[in-house]
Amino acid sequence: MPQMSYAEAIRRALAEEMERDERVVLLGEDIGLYGGAFRVTRGLIQRFGPERVLNTPISENGFVGVAVGAALVGLRPVVEIMFMDFIALAMDQIVNHAAKLHYIYGGQARVPLVIRTPAGAGRGYGASHSQSLEAWFVHVPGIKVVAPSTPRDAHGLLKAAIRDDNPVLFVESKLLYGAKGDVPDPDEVCPIGRAAVARQGEDVTLIAYSRMTVLALEAAARLEEHGIRCEVLDLRTLAPLDEEAILASVARTARAVIIEEDTRRGGVGAEVAAVIAERGFRGLDSPLRRVACADCPIPCSPTLEEAILPSVDKIVVAVESLI
Amino acid sequence: MACEELGYLRLMKLIRAFEERVDRLFVEARIHGTTHLCIGQEAIPVGACAAIRPSDLASGSHRGHGLALAKGLVPNRLMAELLGRRDGYCQGKGGTQHVASLEHGFLGTNGITGGGIPIATGAALAAKLRRTGQVVLSFFGDGATNQGTFHESLNMAAIWRLPVVYVCENNLYAMSTAIRDAAAVERLAVRATAYGMPGATIDGNDVLEVREAVARAADRARSGGGPCLLECTTYRHHGHSKSDAREYRTREEEECWLALDPILRSERRLLGAGELTPEALKRLDAEVSAEVDAAVDFAEASPPLDPGLAAEGVFA
Repeated sequence: MPQMSYAEAIRRALAEEMERDERVVLLGEDIGLYGGAFRVTRGLIQRFGPERVLNTPISENGFVGVAVGAALVGLRPVVEIMFMDFIALAMDQIVNHAAKLHYIYGGQARVPLVIRTPAGAGRGYGASHSQSLEAWFVHVPGIKVVAPSTPRDAHGLLKAAIRDDNPVLFVESKLLYGAKGDVPDPDEVCPIGRAAVARQGEDVTLIAYSRMTVLALEAAARLEEHGIRCEVLDLRTLAPLDEEAILASVARTARAVIIEEDTRRGGVGAEVAAVIAERGFRGLDSPLRRVACADCPIPCSPTLEEAILPSVDKIVVAVESLI
Repeated sequence: MACEELGYLRLMKLIRAFEERVDRLFVEARIHGTTHLCIGQEAIPVGACAAIRPSDLASGSHRGHGLALAKGLVPNRLMAELLGRRDGYCQGKGGTQHVASLEHGFLGTNGITGGGIPIATGAALAAKLRRTGQVVLSFFGDGATNQGTFHESLNMAAIWRLPVVYVCENNLYAMSTAIRDAAAVERLAVRATAYGMPGATIDGNDVLEVREAVARAADRARSGGGPCLLECTTYRHHGHSKSDAREYRTREEEECWLALDPILRSERRLLGAGELTPEALKRLDAEVSAEVDAAVDFAEASPPLDPGLAAEGVFA
């Protein structure tokens, strides 16, 4: 089975889709010769040339808008936003344009745009280079949001995102770029909108996504030693949320802990919790818990950063508080 | 030449009649929401679209009914869109600030100042990469030249040598703010030099001058010469939108500009050259009025989309 890193899996998906469909073009800062800040696009400009891999000036709102225009007339752009924090600069073109044109033009337009961006803290990069802002986009109708936790899902979900005729925000985890895993099938396309049970269990469901799924699995292994059997549900897609999978798992375990790297207030977990409260209330044996980043900017100092982020310890404590 | 100008005059009059009718519909509470009329500015979209091919593309601002009609959209379906009816170009979902017709190459009016500029630039990028030979016209007002998207887009168009012509409709005011108080330069065309492209200021109320300038710019862009910026001076006869008492303009200034009305100037030229008689002019006015009447009838007869479908169509 071919083993590769999360970054390599993404690179391969990009190359495969660019090979398969000449309309797929890449735009972003330093994605050409430099290969991207996290080296994800390394080698692609050599293989596909500067008309398929466009190195942009530092103009996030501008080049996302350029990608929207190109998508509107038939190209399939994949834009890289170097750090998710910078997506704030492009909010107008994403929210007011990409997400809306299909609806407001009465169905005559399609915007097959993918925006790839690394989120997450833990490297001491500080407040403007560490955020997880996916909740902002989960909130906007018209844009799909995916967040893979494994190389296999990163590969398969990116292929699906590129083939989707709608705007898709593909949230990568910068700390997962080096993580290795199997990617058995180069043609596998992972369906958008479907969560996956990463580990089965009967006592509590740990609902997580991206790097938090990895932490949840570690916590589950540790809790198993104390006789607590955790089910880990990897959301994979944040919008549209796989409500059926969430409810089915919580119906079985009757307890849920949501683990997210974004800040607690108004985060993705809030939406998951509301869905469970609205539709799965009667099946719950205890209140829900969220393990999230504290509601503060992310500090640079490593000890302070660790203090505010979710951790395996914090997940274990949250689970034990329910049982 | 004169024959063509007759056609331009007719189209400018159609636009004006359409806009004046929209204004009356608001007064009569037969139309909902807001709108931004281009009365007084008709020569710019008409002259510009006359200079390009039907297969070329255009994107507009929030004040874009004139451009829509000049690009080939029909008054019936445009009016239906403004009235939120299902036979509108966007099924009534877009309305005045979000009306598009991709089959006409019209990328849409835009509710965000400067929002359409990068989109037009991206369409030009696609045209270049696919070697379609198309040119894209990006229309925006004076106020939009202060938006970041203007600067970012012109810069990218220049470094990538894109086939886009940036048409700035300078009507001297962005809503209530005079451009002389909002822009650091006196002539907006000067901003072209910051992006290494040619810029020119032209009389936006002379339909033939507009056509000439856009034709030159489009030819240059089409043959790989890259983008340019055309500042077209004009004036908006009405307020910014329907609730505007225009206290920020003097009545003297308004009267000065009314005398420079693009429609009056074309009429005078055509009458003077014997290409138009007063009788033919009356007939022309009656014709466009009837066409707008028919558009209103069509629009009001069209039902709105079933409300049960309101939340449908978010995703393709």
